[in-house]
Amino acid sequence: MRIELKNKFMLINDLFKEIYFAISANKTRSGLTILGIVIGISSVIAMISIGQGSTLSIETSIQSMGSNLITVRPGAQRSFSSVSTGRGSAQTLTIEDAEAIAEEISSVQAVAPELSQRYQIVAKGKNINTQVVGTSASYFSIKNIEIDQGSFISEQNVLSQSKVAVLGSTTRDDLFGEGTNPVGQTIRINGINFKVIGVTKSKGGTGFGSQDEMVFIPISTCQKILAGADYVSTINIQAESSEVMAQAQIEISNLLLRLHNISDLDAADFSVLSQEDILESVSSITQTMTILLASIAGISLVVGGIGIMNMMMTTVTERTREIGLRKAIGAKRLDISLQFLAEAVMLTFLGGVIGIILGIGLAYGITFFTSTTTKISLFSIILAFSVSAVIGIVFGYWPAQKAAKLNPIEALRYE
Amino acid sequence: MIEIKNITKVYKTGDLGNKVLKNISFFIKEGEFVAIIGPSGSGKSTLMHILGCLDVPTTGQYFFEEKDISQLSDDELADIRKKKIGFVFQAFNLLPRTTVLRNVELPLAYANVSKEKREEIAKKSLLSAGLSEKHFYRLSNQLSGGEMQRVAIARALVNNPALILADEPTGNLDSRTGEIVLETFKNLNKEGRTIILITHEKYIAEHARRIIFIKDGEVIEDRIKE
Repeated sequence: MRIELKNKFMLINDLFKEIYFAISANKTRSGLTILGIVIGISSVIAMISIGQGSTLSIETSIQSMGSNLITVRPGAQRSFSSVSTGRGSAQTLTIEDAEAIAEEISSVQAVAPELSQRYQIVAKGKNINTQVVGTSASYFSIKNIEIDQGSFISEQNVLSQSKVAVLGSTTRDDLFGEGTNPVGQTIRINGINFKVIGVTKSKGGTGFGSQDEMVFIPISTCQKILAGADYVSTINIQAESSEVMAQAQIEISNLLLRLHNISDLDAADFSVLSQEDILESVSSITQTMTILLASIAGISLVVGGIGIMNMMMTTVTERTREIGLRKAIGAKRLDISLQFLAEAVMLTFLGGVIGIILGIGLAYGITFFTSTTTKISLFSIILAFSVSAVIGIVFGYWPAQKAAKLNPIEALRYE
Repeated sequence: MIEIKNITKVYKTGDLGNKVLKNISFFIKEGEFVAIIGPSGSGKSTLMHILGCLDVPTTGQYFFEEKDISQLSDDELADIRKKKIGFVFQAFNLLPRTTVLRNVELPLAYANVSKEKREEIAKKSLLSAGLSEKHFYRLSNQLSGGEMQRVAIARALVNNPALILADEPTGNLDSRTGEIVLETFKNLNKEGRTIILITHEKYIAEHARRIIFIKDGEVIEDRIKE
């Protein structure tokens, strides 16, 4: 019966057996401890999925506004300007600026000046308040707006200051009822009659700035008849390709500085923003939100980890005699500390797996019940998984060391 | 096989040193059945811890199979315990909710022995400790005291140790089962195993062939029975 006894450590599958026995010996306690990790991991995953989902939906809605889009907006009002500041935004941009951009900058494909204001609109006794956009014919192609019924505003409409209007699909639904054809009907904007010549196709998206809720009229009509003003609120520009965007932005900026007689870019009374600029600033906001949500969820994960540590401490104390025996029959320090560390990691690992499943379920649930977009990324799963393993190691280390350092004599005597 | 030379053990409590063992020396040959007896507080437990490589002496030398092991580190001592020593404790110290077989296999798990081999050796051990096959797959906490102690003896035998150390092995047993356990030790000794039995009761020590009396940290009598 000669056998070879080695100096090595316990075999891996023996270690797993030990852990299985230990965890299953205290099912309720193990379950409750794991629950802490489950809640932590699942909330991290759900929170990140909400953050990334909203980033995604905002990005798509910005991108759906049109491709290679550059917008010029009036900037800060200069104090010595003689122009009225009554409406809260500067009124320094004009149709002439828009025309100059179209003529002088070669990389620009289309330009559409825009003057937007909210007005009361009445049709067939129904009354709504919505955004009225005065613009030119090229606006629709720049903004990727498609027509559903009738036609867009034409160049001719702009030249002749026609009192015609194209309705957004939601506005059509509100004024004339869903699915009706209002082309040829009359609406009253701010008391002036306009003939409906078209309805745009629904683009989806809700909230402020949805094109489905707008009413489009020729810019000339808007300036002369509705607003009685000669400025524009935005100039929408489409560059020829994404490669020339940066160059076009600089050229537009320089041209407007020249036209407005401003020498210093810092003093400019307008700002030139590309779609990427807007995307970037929005992304940075949603990213901050994601990090914020994830770190709040992360706190619960840490609390769960402390739960693991607490349980492991109790386990080590309870099993002092067992540890003493293991040492007496030849277990080394590393054997003991590995056993308890592996037990802690196994607990967090189980919590991690259940937490990931629950987190994914939560994210689907949120999308299903609240129609908030959520996006589960592989990144967040890997993150949650590795964080749970690290938590096991970090919070299991101390109890494992405590177990490994026990004096076998005292441990054997422990009552 | 075992030789201790001028061993002392001092426990430091505050500034005062408490001298538990004072200059103990003896020699134990292979195949002996020795009882170490003494009243509580005599230092016999401390001596047993040193003999069992659970502790090291403050001064003096301990030769185990001609090798001086009196100043080894914790992990080196663990290796000696794993390969050379089998323990039997008063309180059995079996893993609860674990099968008899697995309890006996445990020392082999730490010695990295393969699963099949382990089971084979553990079963042989259990048989020589006087347990039959019907016990192998029962849980340790469902056994009687005498059965538990025989499982513990089987566990002590499983790594084929040079020395079996039994610390008050009958302390938690009634006299009848105690006798059975002591008979088991006697039989193991007949097979040639070296056994050291630590006890405070004379009638138990009488089962051994040599009795070493300890009092106040000193050997006061070392008697070999005829």
